[in-house]
Amino acid sequence: MKLKYILPILFVGLLATACSTDDDDDKKINELENLVKITEISNSTHTIEFYNESGMFTTGYNNVRMRLKDLTTEAYVENATISWMPIMQMPTMQHSCPNSGISKAIGKDTVYEGYIVYQMTNADGSGWSLTLNYTIGNDTYTVTDTITVMQYENQNITSFMGNDDSRYIIAMVEPKDPKIAINDLKVGLFKMENMMSFPIVEDYTITLDPRMPGMGNHSSPNNTDLTYNIADKMYHGDLSLTMTGYWVLNLKLFNDQDDLLKGEDVTEENIQSSLYLELEF
Amino acid sequence: MKKLIIYCIAFLFSGILYAQEEQQDIKKDTTKLKEIIVLGRRKLNNYRQEKTLSSIDNFLEKANKVTMIKRGNYAWEPSLNNMNSERLTVTIDGMQIFGACTDKMDPITSYVDVSNLEKVHVGSGQQGTENGHGVGGGIDLQLPASKYYESGLKTSVDLGYETNGNYKTAGLDLEYSGNKFYITTDGIYRKSDNYNAGGDKEILYSQFEKYNISLQTGFKLSEKESFDANVIYDRATDVGYPALPMDVSLAEALITSLTYNYANDSTFISSLESKLYFNTITHIMDDSKRPDVPIRMDMPGWSDTFGFYNKAKFNLKKHNMLINVNGFYNRSLAEMTMYPNDPNQPAMFMYTWPDIRTLYSGIYAKDEYSLDESKTLSASLRFGYHQNQIAKEEGLESLQIFYPNIDDTKSRFLASFSTDYIYKKDHYDMSFGLGYGERAPSVSEGYGFFLFNSFDNFDYIGNPTLENEKAIEVNIKTNYHVNKLHIGIESSYFHIMDYIIGNIDNNISSMTIGANGVKVYKALSYATIFDVYLNSSYSLSKSLSVNGTVGYNYGKGHDNENLPLIKPFSYLAEMSYNKEKFNAALQLEGNGNQSKYSSFYGEDETPAYAVVNLNLGNVFIINQNKLVLKYGLENILDTNYSTYADWNNISRQGRNFYINLSLINF
Repeated sequence: MKLKYILPILFVGLLATACSTDDDDDKKINELENLVKITEISNSTHTIEFYNESGMFTTGYNNVRMRLKDLTTEAYVENATISWMPIMQMPTMQHSCPNSGISKAIGKDTVYEGYIVYQMTNADGSGWSLTLNYTIGNDTYTVTDTITVMQYENQNITSFMGNDDSRYIIAMVEPKDPKIAINDLKVGLFKMENMMSFPIVEDYTITLDPRMPGMGNHSSPNNTDLTYNIADKMYHGDLSLTMTGYWVLNLKLFNDQDDLLKGEDVTEENIQSSLYLELEF
Repeated sequence: MKKLIIYCIAFLFSGILYAQEEQQDIKKDTTKLKEIIVLGRRKLNNYRQEKTLSSIDNFLEKANKVTMIKRGNYAWEPSLNNMNSERLTVTIDGMQIFGACTDKMDPITSYVDVSNLEKVHVGSGQQGTENGHGVGGGIDLQLPASKYYESGLKTSVDLGYETNGNYKTAGLDLEYSGNKFYITTDGIYRKSDNYNAGGDKEILYSQFEKYNISLQTGFKLSEKESFDANVIYDRATDVGYPALPMDVSLAEALITSLTYNYANDSTFISSLESKLYFNTITHIMDDSKRPDVPIRMDMPGWSDTFGFYNKAKFNLKKHNMLINVNGFYNRSLAEMTMYPNDPNQPAMFMYTWPDIRTLYSGIYAKDEYSLDESKTLSASLRFGYHQNQIAKEEGLESLQIFYPNIDDTKSRFLASFSTDYIYKKDHYDMSFGLGYGERAPSVSEGYGFFLFNSFDNFDYIGNPTLENEKAIEVNIKTNYHVNKLHIGIESSYFHIMDYIIGNIDNNISSMTIGANGVKVYKALSYATIFDVYLNSSYSLSKSLSVNGTVGYNYGKGHDNENLPLIKPFSYLAEMSYNKEKFNAALQLEGNGNQSKYSSFYGEDETPAYAVVNLNLGNVFIINQNKLVLKYGLENILDTNYSTYADWNNISRQGRNFYINLSLINF
């Protein structure tokens, strides 16, 4: 064969190989696209890396992605079963917070996903630790370390005692980027069974009345109350935001018997419900 | 092809005319009400006795059917047949131009000055659709025609002073006119402090300052063809609006056009005029001078318009035809930023006009047909395609809060039609007209987002789903001249379907602090507006005459609620004395009690008033110069009054002495 035929084929081959290598690299990076590393914790065998969009844990709802790196092979483990337990150490006692189970992120090979809802933190971000128990094959491992949880600037979470003498937690999940529009408001509702258990509460109703205290406490039209969605186990409603700025989302919580558990109507005299979330954009 | 279209249209018109063969007609008479000759400012024997340097607003106000709605001492909003901006087409020499203020603080008339214009053409109802679709009529502020006079250089200087408000005016006019080339340039500057209402009550925030410069030039390519270019720059700063919670720190307009003219008496097309234009407006509201506001805010607005028209005139036997093909593209954007009193809270922002693009293209045709010496039948048609688009995604989403199912674009087809029959004899003339017209909602009516209206104290939300507003119109006019007596009656009746007006929506909470609530633009199934004016004059001698006008207006919705801003019973009586070099007039002007006020739409009853004015004028010829002096006393009795058209019942000017001096150098 003449060189003029061989060379092009060779080049194409080279190019293709080069491309495929790139592809592999891209894939790994893509699995963490738009995510920033929060922290990592290690034991003698593995390092667990935590990621989210902001690169830090804050009070409120935190969607967390993580990878598990085998320290001997330097490879990311794809077949682990993981559970976690966040713990807040108080002077006299300790407690946990609402959190989800951990599952493999959809469409990813090495990334696992779950959420943690920190209801409080110390001013310097200290107090919380995170324990992970995981199984790879038949071997079980555990890893624990302290983490930093910063206070979020607005009240995106509220913990309160209902009229039924139960303690509840409401945390805002969405909108992450509020717009002047009808936004999908998504919140999580959890009941504090005990210091360590915060199950999801189903089939309650949360009424919504958004207000702007900086502008005569006006409301907005076409909001809807939040109802439970069985698919994602969260509460959904329409939130109309007519302008940017600081909004107070006044809420009332009703149980499945329509008994009012917490919150009041907003009136001329009562400018804010005792149950509310804040939002700024 | 071109000719074919023309013949088709001509054929269409003659069909219409044949169908009405039985009727009579006359040559169309342009009465003083339809046309206010602003150029007449230099002519002393103008019976209206205006000040030479009065604003466009003042000029317009002299017309019967025109009322100026006032929010302060500047930038009055014209109302014609009891209908204002949205229902009118206000154009500058056929050019579409739209104010940039969401609160109507900058009617188009505020962006030109008398020095820019030659005349103002006011067309009532469907007679005013040459430049666009309207229900109430059209006001066209016409630029001077080309001046190939070979008169060389001509200058004139105008100076004015008024005691009330310490109002100073200065104007300079330079004109060079040659055989194939002319250039005119003028500038005018106006500044007023707060004026005093009757009883020496100072009206705070009624000051203004503005200047306006313009340049017009043209050259002839040949005897038949010429080009004209016109640039107007108008800039008002520090304009107070006593009736509103905010003032204006800047209202700026740049208005440009390029025109090609063709004229030939011997051809089928007797004249052709093609114009390309662009104008841009910036309007910035400002509350920094107000000591007490619930919240500080910025409200800038912008409006840019590109457009063209092609106007052709034809003469075909007894037909006198005009065809005008025009189009424009407008971009209106306004926003609002509010600064909370709590400095920890972020600024609040919204688009009040979410970048609305309006595209219009249409055709207008008019035919005047002389049946014989005394009878004229005329008909006009306008068809157009009108499209609105919300260009900003944020804007669409914010309106979807109220209207979840709307798209970003909405297209409409608009049609207007009118016919007039005019009969004219020596002592008697009459005209009868019928019309049908449609209009699209204005940007505020369609897309406004929480626009505060201080008149009724409501926030307004636009409605993108509004239908076209449609009007059927009948008008009649007669004049009798018997010896020295002249009597005329004119009347219009409008039956307006899908009448657009704000309707209270109790489910929406107001955004503006202290507002009564929110109104959403809706359509009344119909509304009726009626007006009638009786004019009379009597000449006592060659130079002494008296004239008087009384007017009655009526406006009701289908639910029998009174419409807002309907003029109550009004009257004007004047005695004037005119000599070649001196004139004087004593004037009594007033309104009856506004008993049919519209409390439903936020109006209160405005009591009756009457004011007395005295106007005087002299002309001196010194060598080659002409000196025109106009002076007078307005509101002689220092009456403290406001009219139905004064926003929030702000009192009008008290006693005012004025003097205007014009020096013209030939």
